[in-house]
Amino acid sequence: LEKTQLTLGFIPLTDCAPLVVAKEGGFFAQQGLAVTLSREPSWANIRDKVLFGQLDGAQMLASMPLATTLGINGIAKPTITAFNLDLNGNAITVSNALYQRLLAADPVAMQTHPVSAQALKKVIDADKAAGKECMTCMTFAVVFPVSTHNYALRYWMAAAGIHPDKDVRLVVVPPPKMVTQLQAGNIHGYCVGEPWNSQAVKLGIGQVLITNYEIWNNMPEKVLGVNQEWAESHPQTHQAMLRALLAACQWLDQPENRLTAAQWLAQPHYVGASLEVMKMSMLGTFQYHPDQQPQPFADFNVFHRYAANFPWRSQAAWFLSQMLRWGDIDTAIDIRAVAQQVYRPDLYRQAAAALGIASPQLDEKPEGIQATTWTLTAATQPITMGADQFLDGNSYDPQHLVDYLAGFTIHRRSVALADLKKANTN
Amino acid sequence: MKLRVMLIDDNRGRAALLQQALRDANYEVVAILHDDADIIKRVQETTVDVILIDLESPDRDTLEYLSTLNRESPKPIVMFAENDDSTIIQAAIKAGVSAYVVDGLSYKRLKPIMKVAIARFREYQAMRAELDKTRNQLAERKVIERAKGILMKQKGMDEASAYHALRKMAMDRNLRLAEVAESVITVTQLLE
Repeated sequence: LEKTQLTLGFIPLTDCAPLVVAKEGGFFAQQGLAVTLSREPSWANIRDKVLFGQLDGAQMLASMPLATTLGINGIAKPTITAFNLDLNGNAITVSNALYQRLLAADPVAMQTHPVSAQALKKVIDADKAAGKECMTCMTFAVVFPVSTHNYALRYWMAAAGIHPDKDVRLVVVPPPKMVTQLQAGNIHGYCVGEPWNSQAVKLGIGQVLITNYEIWNNMPEKVLGVNQEWAESHPQTHQAMLRALLAACQWLDQPENRLTAAQWLAQPHYVGASLEVMKMSMLGTFQYHPDQQPQPFADFNVFHRYAANFPWRSQAAWFLSQMLRWGDIDTAIDIRAVAQQVYRPDLYRQAAAALGIASPQLDEKPEGIQATTWTLTAATQPITMGADQFLDGNSYDPQHLVDYLAGFTIHRRSVALADLKKANTN
Repeated sequence: MKLRVMLIDDNRGRAALLQQALRDANYEVVAILHDDADIIKRVQETTVDVILIDLESPDRDTLEYLSTLNRESPKPIVMFAENDDSTIIQAAIKAGVSAYVVDGLSYKRLKPIMKVAIARFREYQAMRAELDKTRNQLAERKVIERAKGILMKQKGMDEASAYHALRKMAMDRNLRLAEVAESVITVTQLLE
């Protein structure tokens, strides 16, 4: 190994679990790594510290290595990921006051699961008709500009005809502050990871409308991000890290191990939330409303099954498509080329093979096709995969990226489709 | 006129010290925000010349977002850290967040550092505005050229009349020339 003492960054969220389990469960040590986990206050800090090498790697939002490579809102520095830490795990929560308005506006839509943004659309339209400016009266928060949460929330809103840049105000609030900001009435709703939805439900401050699983089944969420330079100069160390995380995720995906994981995570130097709240989404259930029983929800957070740790290049391209859709990317990039540079299934396969774990032999797959579990045969051994549907019934074909983008009627694109077509001829 | 400073720090004790140091350096501290404040509203509504924030504050993400939102009226942000961490200083400056890191508690150095940060910020803003302008003009010219080409090919127009046709459409519909050109291209693609 080129290096055995590593520092990895994380944000206090339930899904930093693979890192915590790899450390507390001895999976890093088993691979000869002495890892210090550094709790970081902001995603901007994570990005900057990985960029400048103060962290060897970090938990990142699945879209972050792409954004950092392209230099969206910061310095451009090639960043890669060979490992997806988890699927799903986020939800959209609204204040009690807004929830009551939604129920009154469209009781049928609110009873239909997954809950669409149709009732919200009606509330916004009513506000507009009453002369209220929704850009200031309806505020939703996400955790970072180029975040999975941002794109999930926008997808949900736009599917019901809401333009997230014109009909509401979207802001950024750090995860641990979401609940207090909601309670103070500074925001009306948010999209965030756990335990910050369960916390609002537990305190009786908010109501969960929908999880991101219901927006896009088994949506990739966090990844392990490292500098491309670092990965090239530490190939063995990187592999050891991937093996440790794979073993940790395999362990973590066993229901009987979840309670132990929740206990580790609840500690103040990790997530620092009460064990009771951590348990609400970690033990195979999820609670949407304060006055409701927890619902069975085994896939609320998936850490290993369904080839969850595999970095699909097609999913990277999906995030890029949304960055283009909402104007975060303002040049005609070659979407596939960027996805190939940043998402590294080749490195994943190497680690999986060393542990005898099956891995997909394809780099891309369509989404919005499978309504239930299915078997992927293009793999070293057949793999049971999860559902992959979108809430609007749309499908996504990574072979036709520009057509996919052209299909969105609500957008804030700043790159002409013609230019994108030219750049994406392969 | 005194420079107006907004201070964001969850550590109330340190915020009080910093506030005193800023006053001694002849700055006006217009707002001090702790962790329960509506930071977005305050930043948007308060007239300030510079924002001073703890590098370790989770609100960095919020501020970064605000700076991308307010491209027309961004505010210089100065970050301070307990430890003088030169690589983060580099990162911050290169990111153009106008950021600069004060090494923790040496308040005497506050004034020159703030000055440098603000000057750098203005330079960066000027550079970015120039860059955006050039890039937009270039992109728009390309779109217009392509739309002209389509009209010339499809309607057998010469270059001058293709341009006039585009300009007339723009004027009739009260749109910018580039917007009309974009819709010409889109329509053609749909028909192809």
